[in-house]
Amino acid sequence: MNDEKLTVYHAVVWNEPIIYELGRKGRRGFIVPMVEDKVKAAVGDVAARIPEKMRRKELPKLPELSEPEVVRHYLRLSQQTFGVDSGINVGVGTCTMKYNPKLNEALARSPKIADLHPLEDEENIQGILEIMYRLKKWLCEISGMDDFSLQPRGGAHAVFANACIIRAYHEFNGEHRRDEIITTVLSHPCNGGSPAVAGFKVITLYPNEETGIPDIEALKAAVSKHTAGLMITDPYDTGVFDSNIEEYIRIVHEVGGLVAIDQANANCILGNFRIGDAGADLCHFNLHKSFSTPHGSCGPGSAPIGVKEGLSKFLPVPTVEFDGNKYYLDYNRPHSIGKVAEFYGVIPNVLRAYAWLMSMGAEGLKETSEVAVINNNYLIKKLLDVQGVSLPWGKRHPFRMQEARFSLEKLEEDTGIGIQDFNRRIVDFGVQRCFLSHEPWIIPEPFTPEPPESTLKEDLDRFAEIFHQISHEAYTKPEIIKRAPHNCSVSKVDPASSLDPEKWAITWRAYLKKHR
Amino acid sequence: MGGKVGLKGTDGQEIVKKAMELGATPVSLVRATEALQMIAPIKDEIELIAYPFEMGEDEARNCGFDPIIIGAITRGETTATDTNNAAREMLKLRVELILFAGGDGTARDIYEAIGQEVPALGIPAGVKIHSGVFAVNPRKAGELALRFLKGSAKLREAEVMDIDEEAFRRGRVSARLYGYLRVPYERSLVQSVKSGSFAVLDDKRNQEIIAEYVAEKMEDDWYYVLGPGTTVKAITDKLGIKKTLLGVDLINKGKMVAMDLNEEQLLRYIEGKKVKIIVSPIGGQGFIFGRGNQQISPEVIRKVGKGNILVIATVSKLSSMGLGQPLLVDTGDDCVDKMMSGYVRVITGYNEEVVVKVAG
Repeated sequence: MNDEKLTVYHAVVWNEPIIYELGRKGRRGFIVPMVEDKVKAAVGDVAARIPEKMRRKELPKLPELSEPEVVRHYLRLSQQTFGVDSGINVGVGTCTMKYNPKLNEALARSPKIADLHPLEDEENIQGILEIMYRLKKWLCEISGMDDFSLQPRGGAHAVFANACIIRAYHEFNGEHRRDEIITTVLSHPCNGGSPAVAGFKVITLYPNEETGIPDIEALKAAVSKHTAGLMITDPYDTGVFDSNIEEYIRIVHEVGGLVAIDQANANCILGNFRIGDAGADLCHFNLHKSFSTPHGSCGPGSAPIGVKEGLSKFLPVPTVEFDGNKYYLDYNRPHSIGKVAEFYGVIPNVLRAYAWLMSMGAEGLKETSEVAVINNNYLIKKLLDVQGVSLPWGKRHPFRMQEARFSLEKLEEDTGIGIQDFNRRIVDFGVQRCFLSHEPWIIPEPFTPEPPESTLKEDLDRFAEIFHQISHEAYTKPEIIKRAPHNCSVSKVDPASSLDPEKWAITWRAYLKKHR
Repeated sequence: MGGKVGLKGTDGQEIVKKAMELGATPVSLVRATEALQMIAPIKDEIELIAYPFEMGEDEARNCGFDPIIIGAITRGETTATDTNNAAREMLKLRVELILFAGGDGTARDIYEAIGQEVPALGIPAGVKIHSGVFAVNPRKAGELALRFLKGSAKLREAEVMDIDEEAFRRGRVSARLYGYLRVPYERSLVQSVKSGSFAVLDDKRNQEIIAEYVAEKMEDDWYYVLGPGTTVKAITDKLGIKKTLLGVDLINKGKMVAMDLNEEQLLRYIEGKKVKIIVSPIGGQGFIFGRGNQQISPEVIRKVGKGNILVIATVSKLSSMGLGQPLLVDTGDDCVDKMMSGYVRVITGYNEEVVVKVAG
């Protein structure tokens, strides 16, 4: 193992303060010219129109910097940021960190879309409406659903909207006792959380210790006349496709419930399998996952929801329709659940996803999912060679779909180095840390890599080599891991202050109040 | 001691002698040392207090500690009284944590000395472990103790249980719930790195939330048989009434009807009424019937019916039992055990349930 070859990375270290700590009183980046007298006279005192109660008594406490200082500050912060374009992000599973094509960025930034106002006359925005309509149709084709809404902003939001649609459906049918949603613990937690916010009781199924998926009998014990629906992620974050899915759908339909599938992990089935064909009633896609739009550092996302024909009338309003001549926004939907967000969706991401699908085509999609699965299984094989790494349910499910959830339990037992330590060391190699697991952890010391189709084979090999290196360090000189990171913009951070309500602060004002 | 030579526990001097003759080695020493090794890294920042020789001093010195020795014992002839005394003296010295190695018997001795006044944690080294106060293994015990001493572990109440020795040796199983120790616990719900949010629900708060939900759903024309345990007690705390921690009580319309009932009394009270039973898994193995609540006999369960039995548990209680591990029932009646087996919906929060397997 050639140490030097692997550890050539060192991050920029600026020790950059918070912007409020920079600048000097009186500094300005830009002086706004005074309004001309003629205009003043015509318009009058604009400030006077602001209600007394809303008017500021003091000037806002904004930082006072010159333009060069601002430019320098944000440039430095960006230099200290490690993103999907910086290097290997294979470790961040469930996110599907695929490449964001720059052509799509150029399209999304074009003034043709950037300068559009959502309240523009429909006549003037036929182009983007057409794109929205066609994307909707393509998503139907890809998923086997009959209609889509582009309105939800992200996965949890989409699941919330679907939960609302499920409720609307039952109320429409005069069924008022349907107040329970069933989910599984290996689904994304929003599959329990979002229905809870929507007012449902949530019943969670745990996987069978041997099979890694819930027992049919467990679902049978959970369904009743109170069941509104089943909301699960399939395939799971463990990369296991729930082979019981058609049986689950049958059981839930039998008691009169609906089934909604969270397709955050769809990257491995695109072009090959359609959840609508299996009998699902609702679903959603994450455009910032399978469809290549940027994650944007936790937003904006975009998660269109799909439904079967009978549920179309409940979709959020407006939807985009075509009357044979022109495209229009349809607000005439009396049974709609209403709005789940302003306007129509995250349109720049809709545009990016559309452009990506144009460049892929049906064959491209098929190839995308196949390459993603091949990449994942190649990586699984390589990682299982690393001492201390194991794959829970590995005997039962040696092959996985888009990702796999491993355990570093053996390494932790042997050396005291667990996944949190491991993550602080892996960044020293210029590689993004691994995603662990959604809560609750049912696997000890978990980590979940996911290599989408855009990952280079060299990256997979290097990632595995780095794992070998760190494992070797754990068994021979764990101190270097315990004191990591060594090569990053900040050294080991004590999370204590972010866990204590007396100490945590996410605004400057809160910080001053608690710490100064 | 005991275990390998097949004796059922070593609580009497006679049995101890027999165990030694048959070649049993004091396993506690090895286990305790294993645990202490995890704490050794901070040995210069803490004060370690121990009883002499094999009751702590030897293990401590083996790991490089320089312990403060208190008390007096006879090497090779220690008994329950010594354990009790040690705990009592450590309580007087206001230690932050009592770490002990042994089995249910030891846990009981410690509990009798300190109650809930000092946190404690068991290093498993005994034959029979029904109590919930033990860590999964010696290494985890040490890790947990280390975390607690550094201030990053929370405390929850865990059961001190013990099987009636004489009865067991005659082939009858009957376990008693003696009380609760305050024990550091490992959070298996941990910070999600991806979302950056921290969503750990501490055990006590989880119990309060379950209590709020159950109390809200109670109806005036129903009677509720409340099993032992802190999770069930959180319900009566919410209602503002007193409950026996270790016994079975009966409430109606938010008021106590009768406390600490035995089977006969229970059967009398529930005759002709609409009754629900509320129980929580007891001990490290998660018995919902048959350990610590035998007053809720097969007859009572049959009369109430499976559909009227509510099982409540905190998420950390369920996950502390291990993934896929079923809850257990052992009422002594095969039919009732079978009736309760299968899957049950366990209330784990407000409007939240988990489907768990139950095995007879």
